[in-house]
Amino acid sequence: MSGSKLPIDQSDPLSANPQRSDVDHAAETKAGKGITRRGFLKGAGVAAAGTALLEGAQVFSREAVAATRGEHNGVKEYGPGPIAVTLHVNGKEQTVHIEPRTTLADALRVDMALTGTKVVCDRGACSACTVLLDNMPINSCMTLAMDAVGHRVTTIEGLAKNGEMHPMQAAFVKHDALQCGFCTPGMVMTCSALLGKNPKPTEEDVRYAIAGNLCRCGTYPKIFAAAQEVAGASTPESTRNA
Amino acid sequence: MNQFVLVDCTTVDGALSQLNDGSVVKAAGVDLLDRMKNGTTTPSRLVNIRNISALRGIHPSPQGVTIGALTTLAEISEHPLLTSQYTILSDACGSAATPHIRNMATLGGNLLQQLQCWYFRSEEYQCLRKGKDLCFAFAGLNQYHAIMDYGTCPSVAPSSSAVALLGLNASVELTSAKRGKRTVAIKDLYVHPDANPTKFNVLEPDELLTAVTIPRPAAGTRSAYQKYGEKQSNDWAIADAGVVLEMDGNVCRKAAIVMGAASPVVRHSPEAEAVLAGKPITEETARAAGKAAMQGGPLQTAMQGAQPLSMNAYKVQLFPVAIYRTILLAAGQMGRDPSAAG
Repeated sequence: MSGSKLPIDQSDPLSANPQRSDVDHAAETKAGKGITRRGFLKGAGVAAAGTALLEGAQVFSREAVAATRGEHNGVKEYGPGPIAVTLHVNGKEQTVHIEPRTTLADALRVDMALTGTKVVCDRGACSACTVLLDNMPINSCMTLAMDAVGHRVTTIEGLAKNGEMHPMQAAFVKHDALQCGFCTPGMVMTCSALLGKNPKPTEEDVRYAIAGNLCRCGTYPKIFAAAQEVAGASTPESTRNA
Repeated sequence: MNQFVLVDCTTVDGALSQLNDGSVVKAAGVDLLDRMKNGTTTPSRLVNIRNISALRGIHPSPQGVTIGALTTLAEISEHPLLTSQYTILSDACGSAATPHIRNMATLGGNLLQQLQCWYFRSEEYQCLRKGKDLCFAFAGLNQYHAIMDYGTCPSVAPSSSAVALLGLNASVELTSAKRGKRTVAIKDLYVHPDANPTKFNVLEPDELLTAVTIPRPAAGTRSAYQKYGEKQSNDWAIADAGVVLEMDGNVCRKAAIVMGAASPVVRHSPEAEAVLAGKPITEETARAAGKAAMQGGPLQTAMQGAQPLSMNAYKVQLFPVAIYRTILLAAGQMGRDPSAAG
């Protein structure tokens, strides 16, 4: 990046992950199932929360205290300590206990053990951490987990259906579109999102879509071939059996 | 990243009521989380405006178009009205960062992102812009720094959308709980380091950037933006050019030529604009305009023309080419440069 990283000041990417801790946050959920932010606040205000809300009563009361500090004009305070957050991930709702500073990438990897999503640069520069938020590819390392509340999150673990690989995963295997594999989950997520938006992408469209996904092994030609095969295009001669 | 209280707001009034001492506004958080992970910004309270739906959307009117501050760069880059009539803006938003960042990053956040100077971004360097008295770039690594109008700090204006919006003569709406709304032209939004090294823009601590308003371009207007980076994707500009041409046939009535990565504050080039005014757009006039831009007179400082630092003389060659090619792109005489970003 010409912008921000000083070449003589490269920080250790392994140390870039923030301090983690367990947390918990009542969250507004799309389907209204489970614990919802609104539902919880109503319950807490009435006094005795139902048993469904009691998992982590201490946390809830902390939130209730915070909420009373600014509960008007649609303003609610959370943290800085752990709170319960319900995220909709791969078709299921899951409540995790996290601090507001937790990124979506960390919530997925550390709190939900969905380690298919990779963190490489931790700055939105490499897109290894790509997940879909309402079917749109985003960088989970630069998104707070709390900002994913109320949205559908899809990770690489959510692509396969009934034990069958997603066609894009199968095409990556067929075309050997990976070497070390670290960029691969992000690449697959980006390519599958592209096909959702544009079922017949040209190679140019694929190049544009993955412009933020870095592969240091240089597997791009295989990735183009895989994406285009799923899109129904014939395999480019140049990448066949390469 | 430090711990913080997240103040989640769903209304503008609610957010304004939370803008207290020590609170920092977060939209998508792309720039802010970067600074927090670097340890250069350590807020105890984040006012989260991301969920204020009233601040999203592109609203055309007979006078032009108003864009909510939380509209994403991707939404702007794909909007049919903007791609056809405000091409410079859709180009600029469509070439910023990466596709995924553009799905997240907002127009307001892009305009108000802090400097991308690597000394400023590093926790290790306490520089002029952090209230100290030393700039490390003059004697240090300055290949991406300013070549014009820089005075005491040669950082460059980081926002691509600001280049487009200056060319379109746009303004921002700033809202505060106490004083209501005020309108500030993009040309007056940023504060030059020589005027105040630690104040980057004119926003007061209790103000929120709520909207951007762009006047409708005159009939016959054509525009374009191109950015050059070390990589084609994922990078801030090392040179960029925003061009707005008011055409009468092939004659340019009036031109706006804007550069971002040349100076600490986004700037017009009156010299390049004068070359084109009243002339047909040709290869020759476009090249002359690019050349004139590097001889620009002082706007914010006493600095005359391009004065590169120890490592960035290449920019004095690159900017004229960026301007020349973008003028011809805007005029429809040249395709998009395949070596440009985006």
